[in-house]
Amino acid sequence: MSVTARTGRKFFTIREISGPLLFVEAASGVGYGELLEVHTPDGEERTGQVIDVSEGVTIVQVFQGTSDLDVNASAVRFTGETLKLPVSMDILGRVFTGGGKVADGGPKIIPEDYWDIHGAPINPYSREHPTDFIQTGISVIDCMNPLVRGQKLPLFSGSGLPHKLIASQIVRQAKVRGQEEAFTIVFAAMGITADEARFFKEDFMTMGVLNRVAIFINLAEDPAIERILTPRLALTAAEYLAFEQGMHVLAILIDMTNYCEALREISAARMEIPGRRGYPGYMYTDLASIYERAGRIRGKEGSITQMPILTMPDDDITHPIPDLTGYITEGQIILDRKIHKTGLYPPIDPLPSLSRLMDKGIGPGKTREDHKQLSDQLYYAYAEGKVLRETALVSGEAALTKVDKLYLQFADSFEREFIGQGPNEDRDIEKTLSLGWELLSVLPESEFARIDPDIIEKYYPKSKRRDVEESIVS
Amino acid sequence: MSSVGTISRVAGPFLIARGMGGSRMYELVKVGEVGLIGEIVRLDGERAAIQAYEETVGIKPGEKVVGTGKPLSVELGPGLIGQIYDGIQRPLSVIQDMIGPRIRRGVTPPALDRKKKWVFHPEAKKKAKLLSGDTIGIVQETPLVKHLILVPPSIRDGTIESIAPEGEYSLTDPIAEIRTVNSLEKLYLTHTWPVRQPRPYKTMLPTDVPLLTGQRIIDAFFPPAKGGTATIPGGFGAGKTVMLQSLAQWADADIVILVGCGERGNEMADVIEKFPRLKDHRSGRLLMDRTTIVANTSDMPIAAREASIYTAITLAEYYRDMGYDVAVMADSTSRWAEALREISGRLEEMPGEEGYPAYLASRLAEFYARAGRVTTQGREKRQGSVTAIGAVSPPGGDFSEPVTGHTLRLTRVFWALDFALAHRRHFPAINWFMSYSEYMRSFESWYENVGTDWPRLREEAMSLLKEEEELKEVVSLVGAEILGDKQRCVFEAAKMLKEYFLLQNAFHPVDMFCPINKTYHMLRLILEFYEKAKQAVGLNIPLTQVLSLGVREDLARMKIVRSEEFEKASKEITRKMNEQFQQLTRAAEGESI
Repeated sequence: MSVTARTGRKFFTIREISGPLLFVEAASGVGYGELLEVHTPDGEERTGQVIDVSEGVTIVQVFQGTSDLDVNASAVRFTGETLKLPVSMDILGRVFTGGGKVADGGPKIIPEDYWDIHGAPINPYSREHPTDFIQTGISVIDCMNPLVRGQKLPLFSGSGLPHKLIASQIVRQAKVRGQEEAFTIVFAAMGITADEARFFKEDFMTMGVLNRVAIFINLAEDPAIERILTPRLALTAAEYLAFEQGMHVLAILIDMTNYCEALREISAARMEIPGRRGYPGYMYTDLASIYERAGRIRGKEGSITQMPILTMPDDDITHPIPDLTGYITEGQIILDRKIHKTGLYPPIDPLPSLSRLMDKGIGPGKTREDHKQLSDQLYYAYAEGKVLRETALVSGEAALTKVDKLYLQFADSFEREFIGQGPNEDRDIEKTLSLGWELLSVLPESEFARIDPDIIEKYYPKSKRRDVEESIVS
Repeated sequence: MSSVGTISRVAGPFLIARGMGGSRMYELVKVGEVGLIGEIVRLDGERAAIQAYEETVGIKPGEKVVGTGKPLSVELGPGLIGQIYDGIQRPLSVIQDMIGPRIRRGVTPPALDRKKKWVFHPEAKKKAKLLSGDTIGIVQETPLVKHLILVPPSIRDGTIESIAPEGEYSLTDPIAEIRTVNSLEKLYLTHTWPVRQPRPYKTMLPTDVPLLTGQRIIDAFFPPAKGGTATIPGGFGAGKTVMLQSLAQWADADIVILVGCGERGNEMADVIEKFPRLKDHRSGRLLMDRTTIVANTSDMPIAAREASIYTAITLAEYYRDMGYDVAVMADSTSRWAEALREISGRLEEMPGEEGYPAYLASRLAEFYARAGRVTTQGREKRQGSVTAIGAVSPPGGDFSEPVTGHTLRLTRVFWALDFALAHRRHFPAINWFMSYSEYMRSFESWYENVGTDWPRLREEAMSLLKEEEELKEVVSLVGAEILGDKQRCVFEAAKMLKEYFLLQNAFHPVDMFCPINKTYHMLRLILEFYEKAKQAVGLNIPLTQVLSLGVREDLARMKIVRSEEFEKASKEITRKMNEQFQQLTRAAEGESI
């Protein structure tokens, strides 16, 4: 981030400091949203933004926090500018702080342009609907909840679950079939620990992808308020790479829960009327202004695919953070603690997971004609198996019919063989789909209400079937 | 009269201006040097609180605010159909042509194309005395919409002094002059109307005609009414959006207004891309020839989101006045309510439940009250309707939250979307026990015209599902072993009803739309199978034999039989069913002898 203009008057009229906010008196000619420099008594310079301006008082949020500031010697200088990120292709391969400063000891970026970090809403009329299937090599994602280029698909995780491992596997394996070009990665970390930051940096390094990654890291010990900037800086970089340079960008935002906590902190400092659980009433709109920056634009080459990661407080999906996220994003991939405890990786529960753009991204020419119907049938069978497992727990296996028992058997093998795979195992979609058919084949054909007969005949021919039908009748 | 004031505070989309004496509530104002569109939402002496419909970054205290003297209004006239507007009726395609793919502020193209010429057929004669709502002439707006140019509601009555001959006119050409008590008024193809004010009609009619949707579970069990209200609450992923889009495509309405209120950009892009290519099943023409889209996605300014549902329902009322059945589908009213909450919070109003303003319920009521089937103004006694269908997105899927709670009180059809169904990919995921249609009773005679035994079939189907539910509880306690064939038969029949009838694939070329006759016969055939199966089991024929009858396959595939071939297919199925059950019975009797 840089402040280009050095004009503007300096004011020493800070009246009150509260949390991350300054209340400045008697500043005239200040515009809403304007950027300013904040000078500490020790001569340090920080950055702030006007979030409320009236004739009497201007309210400013300071991105590096307000520690060491005072009401006497500290000063602010308004710049008449909005927050901008210097952009150029040089941002690839570089590490920045959560506030956009160079953090890898390298030289400053020589900018080609300065982009407003808040972006501007994309005209829905100008959007192109995402349709290109991304193969992540993870069966339970590719078959059941596939990711599509230009989609925003979050990982809903919990503390202690291996979302980092999954994110890194996706970064390593994600590709659009038939296209050689790898994804460019924009990585934004908010409030993560130094350990986690190191994990990702080292991971990118060993993968050899570092030269196509731009990294923005706000650590847990950095000021919370800076977290408001981090995803916006990263997405501005992503927009530049995608829509100016025509690259396909995969943006990983971790951890959105920390971002929302920062939002709540600022809202409380402003003494706003809180919405649910103390989070501000505008959190939906605020999150939308981040998530909606994914997509494709008609007539432009590149795309932004977003994978936000959030940890659900207490694994509660109805908590406002996952809840509002789910209403904005195009589906969600849900990590499940129960599956995790059985030792399976990746512990993704396909049932509550969803990819809303699935139907556009799969089918003949993209994946295979049987994909949709097969996955619907797998869904049904796994749901059925799980219900029956509960029944069996309560009243014993004796309570089940023969077909019920087959469903139970299916659910077990589905979890073990289909959901379960190695963190380095890259399954292509054909392999994933064949595995699906193979697992389904323990069930009689009459159970396949979701699949057309000719598809069954083509992908699950009579000759291949085990003698299931007979075993039931007898 | 318009006032000029000075901005004294800016906080996001919310501003305060002083020196605004003489302004009215909900008056439209131009804010700042750039002239952003805003609306007055509170007056306090000379001070006015304003919500801005555009981004306010860079606006400073001291800049001016100019009142327009008019409330937020929409422009009504030919050219509305097929358009894609934002929440305050700015055409999105024109904005793209003007400034590219991103929406920036200060761009206000007219809602209707000024240059386009329309062929006008005069209907009224010179010297004729006309009332408000009488037809002046006709414009064929699209192949599907005959657009009546009516005496606007602002003129009570008058005498036509002159009328333009048949020919091509743009929206700025006068087409008639009418002498009223006070003055001589020029009439155009277009007029404006304030969005927050319902358009007048003559009388409200009973809602006794169902609005068919082509979705079996709705048409058979929970139909909405033409001119009625319906709501779809559901957490994310329960299938609200797909369902609303199916309804927009298949509902038996003349005109559809689809509102994307604070929803996803990619989803709107899908609609905008898909709808212009879709065929209208009633006419074979394009669906967009009878559809208007209002799209204010979640990243677009919040005040425009608040306005979007009023914009939409005003457009609907306008076509209703021409005698059309119009359906408004709003996705989602929760986002609208949140916009209300956000603005209310910035106004520092006393919050009600969950931070929503205390007037949330009355605002929702005002919206749904604008639905209805009416006799329109004017001498021609046209009948038209506005059906309002609103999706609700309850936080955490909790139906007790305020928006869902109020909406349920205000609407008469409730489609409860169920996660358990959605998770097993049973779509539409409408829960058959929780959902209801309060209109059902007034539709009885209508349904009996389709099939005299409709009410009986419906009851049988519902009691079958209930019976299954009860048995399930028993099984979960004591196990399936105790079930005899009789009870197993209930399970199997309920499963058939769910899989073969209630389950409907919105993406399958045939199954996506099911005409009412087909719905009726499908239900009838499945229940007939159940009846026969029960009889067979009563004769001690093993259930496995009943279930292995070939006709079951035919029942399973009914949904993908084309509707034009269905009558034949249904007769064939009846024949097969009778034959196969007879064989079964005969064989059983043979054994027992």
